[in-house]
Amino acid sequence: MTRRHTRAVAASASALIAVTLSACASSDRDDSGGGDAAEGQSGGTLVFGAAGDPAMFDPAFASDGETFRVARQIHEGLLTNEPGTTELVPALAEDWEVSEDGLEYTFNLREDVQFHDGTAFDAEAVCFNFDRWHNFTGLAQSPSASYYYQAVFGGFADSDNPGIYEGCEATDENTAVITFNQVTSKIPAALSLPAFSIQSPTALQEYDADNLSGSEDAITYTEYALEHPTGTGPFKFDSWDRGNGEVTIVRNEDYWGEPALLDEIIFRTIPDGNTRRQELQAGTIDGYDFVSPADYDTLEGEGAQVLVRDPFNILYLGINGGNVPGTSANPALQDIRVRQALAHAIDRETIVNSLLPEGAEVATNFMPPTVDGWADDVQTYEYDPERARQLLEEAGALGTTLRFYYPTDVSRPYLPDPAAMYQVISEDLQEAGFTIEPTALQWNPDYLQAVQSGQADIHLLGWTGDYNDAYNFIGTFFAEDQNNQASAEFGAFSAPEIFEALAEADAAPDPADRTELYQEANRLIKEFLPAVPISHSPPALVVAENVQGLEPSPLTAEDFSSVYLED
Amino acid sequence: MLRFIVQRLLQLIPILLGLFVLLFAWLRALPGGPAQAALGERATPEAIAQYNELFGLDEPLYVQYLRFLGRAVTLDFGNSTQYGRPVTEVFLERFPGTIELTLFAMIFAIGVGIPLGYFAARRHGSVFDSASVVGSLLGVAIPVFFLAYLLRLLFAVELGWLPGSGRQDVRIDATRITNFYVLDGLLTREWDAAFDAFLHLILPAIALGTIPLAIIVRITRASVLDVVNEDYVRTANAKGLAMATVRRRHIVRNALLPVSTTIGLQTGLLLSGAVLTETVFAFGGVGLALRDAITYRDFAVLQGFILLLAVVYVLVNLLVDISYGLLDPRVRVR
Repeated sequence: MTRRHTRAVAASASALIAVTLSACASSDRDDSGGGDAAEGQSGGTLVFGAAGDPAMFDPAFASDGETFRVARQIHEGLLTNEPGTTELVPALAEDWEVSEDGLEYTFNLREDVQFHDGTAFDAEAVCFNFDRWHNFTGLAQSPSASYYYQAVFGGFADSDNPGIYEGCEATDENTAVITFNQVTSKIPAALSLPAFSIQSPTALQEYDADNLSGSEDAITYTEYALEHPTGTGPFKFDSWDRGNGEVTIVRNEDYWGEPALLDEIIFRTIPDGNTRRQELQAGTIDGYDFVSPADYDTLEGEGAQVLVRDPFNILYLGINGGNVPGTSANPALQDIRVRQALAHAIDRETIVNSLLPEGAEVATNFMPPTVDGWADDVQTYEYDPERARQLLEEAGALGTTLRFYYPTDVSRPYLPDPAAMYQVISEDLQEAGFTIEPTALQWNPDYLQAVQSGQADIHLLGWTGDYNDAYNFIGTFFAEDQNNQASAEFGAFSAPEIFEALAEADAAPDPADRTELYQEANRLIKEFLPAVPISHSPPALVVAENVQGLEPSPLTAEDFSSVYLED
Repeated sequence: MLRFIVQRLLQLIPILLGLFVLLFAWLRALPGGPAQAALGERATPEAIAQYNELFGLDEPLYVQYLRFLGRAVTLDFGNSTQYGRPVTEVFLERFPGTIELTLFAMIFAIGVGIPLGYFAARRHGSVFDSASVVGSLLGVAIPVFFLAYLLRLLFAVELGWLPGSGRQDVRIDATRITNFYVLDGLLTREWDAAFDAFLHLILPAIALGTIPLAIIVRITRASVLDVVNEDYVRTANAKGLAMATVRRRHIVRNALLPVSTTIGLQTGLLLSGAVLTETVFAFGGVGLALRDAITYRDFAVLQGFILLLAVVYVLVNLLVDISYGLLDPRVRVR
């Protein structure tokens, strides 16, 4: 028996979600949807303010948001996400089937699709790309290059552990069968990542895409990646003015689907957040990302549209029980009662209401509710300072000193104002009977390195998911390493029942089973309490009054092809 | 003269070597490293180790030092971890922007500063004089980034008179030859491109040029006041020279000597001020690239750029010393 995901099912499911979403959305646009309303409105140039330069345009070698933002318009993968949701839907594949053992994926491909260089898109091209990734050698295997391939597939053809990829076969022109030697819940969801875009085999070969040269200290990107990225997407790469920080992409007139409405998009690098805001106010750019929640009201008051994404992140208070050699974390944290006291002491409701942007939620699991495997019946640890104090007394740890690390000079989507967050949590903890010793460090790399090597007793950190997979959240945090321990960030704790539950869920071929197994894992994690989940908060992007048709995506995977400019 | 120049150039070598040792040690003493910066907040220790091994960051420091030094001699500063291209290439792409900005800032500072200082001195004690003293104090005291935000808020956002960021309007499709955008526009006869690039320079140049402007006003004023009371001026007046001639040949020329030193030193300092100004105005020069390099712990760019800037700084000072000789025969070098 095979499961067949048809486009219709996916489409109706996502339509439902889209309706729900737009009902929630605060914007009062009066166009009834997408293309029709935009008839006669097509054309024009959109200038979008990016916070940083893209690295280059071969997404197989990228892992950063600015590169992906551009890559998503030029390239497409087999699968994508329904705009505005985390729902997995077909893109270059028309539909797909999975064998019962979960090891063989058959993708039925779209016909009449062409790459920007005129090369036909077919099953051979799909296999060419999968084989390309698997056969990366040398510098291409650097984690700073092929980060996502390694994270998802686990290894390369010539590595000691060659990973989960077995092979790809083009059984006919429009059918590609991809086999794996191990089931993982990352597949198929991860295939919607831009890193797994299908690129033109002709162009990849002609411009020597895999030949990452370079001296010992850094990679030199290839001509392909810098000047000739060739995908199937609604926009084509036009130019990159590196001195002036401008990437220009233009409409692909031969696009297989609904063609893009804009003539061109220019992504302009403006690193400073205040400058981006002022440029939008001056009208020289039409939109930008990473809007500070403090600016929402001002911007909306001036007519701009703040598009709030659904939260797809988690902020937690990390706990280090102190099993990491060479560090001196507080051993009291190994006592479950002390960890429970931490959880009871924090008033998360108040944090969400006073410190986070509208739409933020209190977190009960270490992943947002939109991810399959989220459990509604985990232990929740209500705000109860009395109970926290009592637990501390029982554990003989009243007044115990915790070194509380928090970052400076940073605003993350899940943590807009770290200092304020520290302040509130620290007061809560002191009220419950903890003594707090704060350490503030610069975010990157000082802070990250300190907390990830287990220097802190407790710390603030979080994560924005890459794709709709529970493992991408809780596996990233709590899976065991080669030494059968959790990461140093969480004090290298040992909890075999959690590790087993995660491994079992990851390897379950059936999605329904998998969801249940992840729910069980979430329950176990909340019982053990290796950290305290705090909140999910929604990041936003902003566009000018006349920019329509941009659907904010929880995965920050906005598709610009439906965007148009109103007169 | 030639010998003097060669001597000064030879002095560059120990300066650069010393600077390089400091720079190298300082960068390595920073916590974290390029691996952490490149791999982000969930980098595993294994990934960091693999990264360091691939890029030779796990080798002993002296090996890394010698390797870098060996290459730097041939102007090969390695590859930027962030841009994936040779550092020298990135520098040559970015430096024209900074030169252009520095040049316009200096033109602004000199063009406004010298006349202002001169007239303040001539009307010594007047309201105009007091205003220029207070104004120049303010000019020195105001932080560059604050002034930059203020200028942009007023002239770009509120009034909309001038562009507030970038080097050229993104909608202009200009031909690039030298990467000096104004010059490129003139060379290719793309007048609108040249004019647009010029407009983009105005606000950053004012922001960057305000401190040197204030200093030039003060030095010029003080210097003119000194010279006016010199014996030779009195003599010139006494022997009946026309007032204009006295001013031109005896006052201005002599008063400009200390000013020219100031200008030279300030030009060097502007290069560092450019980091802040370029960040606020998203102006694609060396400063903006340096800022990113610090964030990304891009050692190659930091080392290469700072060394190259040091060379430029020393060369600018050399030019100042040479110009001395032209202005003042007494210090003409042998």
